[in-house]
Amino acid sequence: MTFMKKTLTASIAVAAASSMAISTAHAEISDNEVRIGYLADMSGTYRDLAGPGGQTAMEMAVADFGGSVNGSPIVIFSADDRNSADVGANTVREWIDQRNVDMVGGLVASSVSIAVTKVLEENNGLGIVSGSAASSITNEHCTPNHIHWVYDTYPLANGTAKAVVEQGGDSWFLLTADYAFGHALEADVTNVVEANGGEVVGGIRHPFPTSDFSSYILQAQGSGAKIVGLANAGADTVNAITTASQFGLTQSGQQLAGLLIFLNDVHALGLESTQGLLLTTGWYWDMDEQSREWSERYFEEVGRMPTMVQAGIYSSTMHYLKAIEAAGTDDPEVVRAQMADMPIEDFFARNGSIREDGRMIHDMYLAQVKTPEESTGEWDLYEILSTIPADEAYRPLSESQCKLVQN
Amino acid sequence: MMMIFGVPLAVFMGQLTLGLVNGAFYALLSLGLAVIFGLLKIVNFAHGAQYMLGAFAALLGFRYLGINYWLALFLVPLVVGGFGMLMERFLLRRIAHLDHLYGLLLTFGLALIFEGTLVNFFGVSGARYSTPEALQGGLNLGFMFLPTYRAWVLVAALAMCLFTWFMIERTRLGAYLRAGTENSQLMQAFGVNVPLLITLTYGFGVALAAFAGVLAAPLYPVSPTMGSSLLIVVFAVVVIGGMGSILGAILTGLGMGIIEGLTKVYYPEASNTVIFLVMILVLMLRPAGLFGKEA
Repeated sequence: MTFMKKTLTASIAVAAASSMAISTAHAEISDNEVRIGYLADMSGTYRDLAGPGGQTAMEMAVADFGGSVNGSPIVIFSADDRNSADVGANTVREWIDQRNVDMVGGLVASSVSIAVTKVLEENNGLGIVSGSAASSITNEHCTPNHIHWVYDTYPLANGTAKAVVEQGGDSWFLLTADYAFGHALEADVTNVVEANGGEVVGGIRHPFPTSDFSSYILQAQGSGAKIVGLANAGADTVNAITTASQFGLTQSGQQLAGLLIFLNDVHALGLESTQGLLLTTGWYWDMDEQSREWSERYFEEVGRMPTMVQAGIYSSTMHYLKAIEAAGTDDPEVVRAQMADMPIEDFFARNGSIREDGRMIHDMYLAQVKTPEESTGEWDLYEILSTIPADEAYRPLSESQCKLVQN
Repeated sequence: MMMIFGVPLAVFMGQLTLGLVNGAFYALLSLGLAVIFGLLKIVNFAHGAQYMLGAFAALLGFRYLGINYWLALFLVPLVVGGFGMLMERFLLRRIAHLDHLYGLLLTFGLALIFEGTLVNFFGVSGARYSTPEALQGGLNLGFMFLPTYRAWVLVAALAMCLFTWFMIERTRLGAYLRAGTENSQLMQAFGVNVPLLITLTYGFGVALAAFAGVLAAPLYPVSPTMGSSLLIVVFAVVVIGGMGSILGAILTGLGMGIIEGLTKVYYPEASNTVIFLVMILVLMLRPAGLFGKEA
């Protein structure tokens, strides 16, 4: 009996001591776990540009990091926001309140990201937006609690629209998706076109999502503009391009300019109807050795080549984990500052750094879709024409309306 | 140039034509729903998914078996319709005696399963199905360039609508069907196999959806979610026309296509909602629908 008691007491003491040892060693990592929430459209219009593939990219980053930071394991939760700002905000609220999630990644539809970053600001969380396009996310909607990683509407306009105007496309008609992202892109494109001596002669704001574009294409044809700019994304862009080719838009002398086109869109449309299209991208899987190497690993997992968003999710998760390791804590404020202190130079980002408004600036690329003759494989889709340096690509801080920037 | 409410006549005519093409689509889809609801009292929420299955069957049939468009137009409705008959025989029949709500839930659940399964394999970006060679190019109507394929869609959809209306309202088989759903015991006493008739009718409604799917395949990217957005609109069309009214579904489908088309010119932001505004108005003024019989 005494023996039993003694052993029991001893083992309790040992257990207590060891648990104390653990908690002292990792006092700085909350719950002794780094908890990441992956929130994205997993089943709708934007599924293929981030979706389950983005989650795989995040899991690859965690696995490559070794599965733990300073001895604390890394855990990923995931949820489908169904492109609804309400669903997204509620999910993140629950993650923070009940699961103590440390960082929310993914974040695709701009309306969802804006709602979620408000929740993160109220609850002192941290978010890394990878999929969204609206430049307002680090402009009027900036918070100290999030970072915008891959791209935004400013370089899309600055890259594609500028190149098109320079080639002589000086009158534009815009087809805009009628929500936060479309409005931001429309504003940015209009500025760039006008600044370069062009003119926007008309436009239509269409509901999101729209399946039949025939009426809008007919109106665009009637406008007489040289360029029909597509300020929409995903299935809307795919539908608009398909319809435009059915109605002979390009044969009648007009040209399409896709302002936000992802690799999966070009893949779905095929080179026949997209060849020659100019686009701006944050990254392309075949742009150099480093990118190819990572993409081939990704391809083995997923069976498709990664989009810039999926690559960006890997890159941002990796940078986040490195920052925790360096700072020794997962406290959002400290990690955010640590992330901004470290330059970003990996297979995804060149000359990358995080500005005070939360914008991760890095080199962007002007690309052109290859012709069927030029392409050597199913995923050989772009040719990179030129690099837009990081410090020229994004909206300058001097024009920023972000409350974190002293102007 | 002549103007209509501030829009040049040519543009107006062009939009009217496109509205008619889309309307023919709505008519074809809502017709299938109306047949199924009118005769079987099943609220078929799987209709959008069955339309999508039609488009997918055409795509995969071409990709793996080399079945061309014209053959697909004939074969796919048979295959998908047959699949629909299995659904009726083994699932819907078991709950036929329960409230309509159960049928709605069952078909909605099945639709989610079909969609989810295909999303898992094919993603949502969609795939292209090329327009058959004979229908490529376009017609110059003077006021617009109309792709030949859209003109064909209008003709094919309207022909199918008329055929269906004729079958149900003007033939002996149609009369059996209508009588069988009115009083199935009496019909069975006369030696008519009513359960078989019901299975066939459901299969026919599904085949109509699949036919619309094959027609749509060259127009829109073939993707697993292509049916779900359309389904709600088509239901609104059926409600406006009067649940179960065959002719009502056809005429309302065409009418709503035109109204939607004109909204796209005058106030594009509202083009997704205008049909529902009409639905609310109709429900307030004529709850049974424009062509429905007051209960």
